[in-house]
Amino acid sequence: MIPSIPQPRVLTAAYAAYVTLFFIFLALPLVVVAVFAFNDSQFPSLPWEGFTWNWFFGSERPMIGVFHERAILKAIGTSVFVAVVVSALSVCVGTTNAFLFNRYRFRGQGALYVLMLLPLVIPGIVLGISILVFSSRVANGVWDGFQIDLEILRPGLWLVVLGQFSFITTIATLVIGARLQKFDRSLEEAALNLGAGRLTAIRTITMPYLAPAMIGAFVVSFLMSFENFNTTLMLVGSDAPLTIAMFDRLKEGSTPLLNAVSLLLMVGSSCLALVMIAFQKRS
Amino acid sequence: MRNEAKLGLALLLTPLLLWLSLLIFIPHVDVFLVSLRERVGVGTYETSLANYLTFFNEPLYLWTFLRTAVMSVLATVITLLIAFPVSYYIAKMVKGRVQSALFLLCLVPFWVSELVRTFGWMILLRETGVFSSLLQFTGLSSGPVEMLYNDGAIMLGLVYTSMLFMVVPLVTTLESLPDEVVEAGYDLGGNGLSVLREIIVPHAMPGIVSGCIVVFMLSLGNYLTPTMLGGKESLWFTELIYSQFIVRFNWELGAAFGFMLLILSSAIVWGMLKLTGQSLEKTMG
Repeated sequence: MIPSIPQPRVLTAAYAAYVTLFFIFLALPLVVVAVFAFNDSQFPSLPWEGFTWNWFFGSERPMIGVFHERAILKAIGTSVFVAVVVSALSVCVGTTNAFLFNRYRFRGQGALYVLMLLPLVIPGIVLGISILVFSSRVANGVWDGFQIDLEILRPGLWLVVLGQFSFITTIATLVIGARLQKFDRSLEEAALNLGAGRLTAIRTITMPYLAPAMIGAFVVSFLMSFENFNTTLMLVGSDAPLTIAMFDRLKEGSTPLLNAVSLLLMVGSSCLALVMIAFQKRS
Repeated sequence: MRNEAKLGLALLLTPLLLWLSLLIFIPHVDVFLVSLRERVGVGTYETSLANYLTFFNEPLYLWTFLRTAVMSVLATVITLLIAFPVSYYIAKMVKGRVQSALFLLCLVPFWVSELVRTFGWMILLRETGVFSSLLQFTGLSSGPVEMLYNDGAIMLGLVYTSMLFMVVPLVTTLESLPDEVVEAGYDLGGNGLSVLREIIVPHAMPGIVSGCIVVFMLSLGNYLTPTMLGGKESLWFTELIYSQFIVRFNWELGAAFGFMLLILSSAIVWGMLKLTGQSLEKTMG
């Protein structure tokens, strides 16, 4: 079916109806989460008890809002910290990888490229346990050999960073690599002809061209890290990032507090995504 | 100049090799080695296949493994069937502004975490939830209806959660199909069905394969959705891995489970690529 070839009215109408239904299906859970953040009740369910801002700003039991809930605020801070570190690392390594695969031809390059893609097809939980097992082995080895306790390799934030970095780097590489592929090499050669050194040419010509992709990769990495659950679950120590903290609460039973946090997450990530789109349109 | 190029190559190779060896390759080999250990006393281990034997001899483990695999395949197929018409609509039936708006709308739910999406379905489906209340309000049901904690709810959650990863590659490949080719199919006497079978689906194959691979991987490795939406009976294989590692502290058996999951996922991904004549570089890169 294609618009330029006429089709029976009923068929096109049915098709449009199907697509509409699909978008309702997509929106439904999110709308429900958002709406119940304002329910003046202990439970995020019907009946509707009236509108309240308490789940955001409330400071008294039993309705302590997000902005007065220490544990949640701390978990958000933890998540932001992890996400920033992971994104920064991933964009750096992603950029070097992109240059490597774009500018050099060497033996085993194809195999290395496939290997680089593999983290995308390894289940997150398996990535988590393998890093957990290996880092404990190294930490135990160091302890047995030198009596030094490498706290950094025990379950905790740094291990979470390593775990997320291990697969987010692949995505950063793909995003930055795609833009580098479209780069016109003759611009760089022109800079070289005009007397610039190789590094100067890359710094003044190639890097500004790559910047939107690097920012895009940073935002995507940030969101992926912030949302990651499986890998984080296996590596987390006592400081839980937001997704883990919310998961623990959800297991105990839910209050509209979780709806309020979720709504803030939705608003936050939408803003981030919009900023990214606007930025990429401009360049 | 040659030396400079060599230095550059070495500098760029270092982070890649460090990352792939220290965080991907060696840890997975290590998991395999741990899975081959059998604890025979305090702090003493022997190399044996005991953990794999436990896996194959305990019906619960094997059953959960197969159930997870079958349900993941099913979730992938359902996601493809739902997503294909929508993707075609976005790629071919609408143009310009509407097209980008619809595409953007598809992406929105996936900027928020999986936890929030699952939570939304819990609010909708549970006994005191929105659907149950609606059914009672309209008189279709006389009492509360529990729609959560069963396999259907898991399936719904899996399909919802992985929808984006099917829609995006499908839209991208379908967009690259020129309208004229579809028109030519009709001009040459094809009908809707034969054009779909002979022209549209073959053209969309790379997108279908990469979408299916990602959706399958995400379903197989999912922990959150089965745990939150599934009942006591509907165990997911990742839950077994988690409980061996974190609850029982039996890393040897957990490692064997993890390795089985890795083998299963690799085998199915490889089979899918071979079956359709695609390669990992083409579908993922």
